[in-house]
Amino acid sequence: MNIPEDLQYTESHEWVRIEGETATIGITDHAQDELGDVVFVELPGEGDTFDAGESFGTVESVKAVSDLYAPVGGEVVEVNSALEDAPENINEDPYGEGWIVKLRTSDEPHLLSPQEYEQVVAEES
Amino acid sequence: MAKEGLKHTPLYDEHKDLGARLVDFAGYEMPVQYSGIQAEHKAVRNHAGLFDVSHMGEVIFRGPDAESAVQRLVTRDVSRLDVGQAGYSAVCYEDGGTVDDVIVYRRESDFLVVVNASNRAKDLEHFRENTNEFDVEVADESDHWALLALQGPEAAGLLQDLTETDLSGLKPFRFVEGVVDGAKCFISRTGYTGEDGFEIYLSGGDAPRVWRRLVEAGATPAGLGARDTLRLEAGMCLYGNELDAKTTPLEAGISFAVHLDKEQRFIGQRALLLEDTEGLRKKLVGFEMEGRGIARHGHHVTSGAEIVGEVTSGTKSPTLEKAIGLALVDPGVEDRFEIVIRDNPVPAKTVPLPFYKRTGG
Repeated sequence: MNIPEDLQYTESHEWVRIEGETATIGITDHAQDELGDVVFVELPGEGDTFDAGESFGTVESVKAVSDLYAPVGGEVVEVNSALEDAPENINEDPYGEGWIVKLRTSDEPHLLSPQEYEQVVAEES
Repeated sequence: MAKEGLKHTPLYDEHKDLGARLVDFAGYEMPVQYSGIQAEHKAVRNHAGLFDVSHMGEVIFRGPDAESAVQRLVTRDVSRLDVGQAGYSAVCYEDGGTVDDVIVYRRESDFLVVVNASNRAKDLEHFRENTNEFDVEVADESDHWALLALQGPEAAGLLQDLTETDLSGLKPFRFVEGVVDGAKCFISRTGYTGEDGFEIYLSGGDAPRVWRRLVEAGATPAGLGARDTLRLEAGMCLYGNELDAKTTPLEAGISFAVHLDKEQRFIGQRALLLEDTEGLRKKLVGFEMEGRGIARHGHHVTSGAEIVGEVTSGTKSPTLEKAIGLALVDPGVEDRFEIVIRDNPVPAKTVPLPFYKRTGG
């Protein structure tokens, strides 16, 4: 299971890359593997704002629908609209081409380290 | 790791060795996918896929009144079945609601009724309660049988290499006793995918070997996930989705499995005749999404502000690459309506069923 060292994580299996005020968010390799073939992503609109923990969209596989939860609060500054035509990017490259949304945030959130997240995954299986 | 209390089919070790994702289905730990639902789905459409459906229930009706007993229970007129022929049928309550949908096989000296795993206990009770007046034994042989479904355009070629039975002479919904790779079985030209294919009934002891031989020969192991998307594209009902105790087979669009003119009275006949005369209370339609989103079981169907039905099944069709679904709707509903996906009404339009029909064959 791929859990990059340079990212932070949530218990609901999102990853976050914080660079200055910008938080880039996606779902983890473990999450995409659990979901199976992703066939649809519901993205928020640019300018929408979310509190930490709030649902900001959904990812659907053939069988299942999974909510996406904002790891940090903030305003949507960019969405990965390529996912509308290529949702499989989430399976193929969850930490790269499969990123979902960028938020402008000033939160100092409590997120999981790679080691803590690895523990979460281990406890689930 | 084995989950507590769940039953295993004779192919459980094969699934584990293949790295299947296992889920609880009707009390069995069953493979939902191996390589991925879409890849398995496409393998069945283009080549051949192999499913373990050993969880299905096999109920034998034997004795002097076996035919009368089956006739009483099922909506199809089984007197029209030849020995070696199978028929899809519903089983109804007196009010026309559906107990289960089944395949009835007329064998030389008895009837085999194959039931949904999730309904097995309920069906057996219903079968026994309603056949007291007949001289018939209703035997649940589910645990003695394994069942493999080999489906797809290459299924016949693959299976022919492992059996001396001439499969070219076996028509759809016919079955024959035979030997596959040394294992006694009976081979039925039936399936639940919309493709040509076979269902192979054999003993649990022989099943792993035959499974491995078919996989070695090129069949792609396919799980319950692909089975569901395949049957949905083929416009086939799934009990618990399109069919249930509150839905009649006429409403669910399987009137081809209901012989209302059957001479021997069957349970539910009066209610179904009445519904046929007075008109359906709801009807099953196929639809595709026109807006973005995937309809799912339980979503409301609306027309303006009014709720006019409910989605029974929905998915993104791997073959058509469109979001499709089935819904039970008010009979008067227009060709265009909305599906309410997470509080958001998304436009959809009805399309003819099945969504997918194989060419040739």
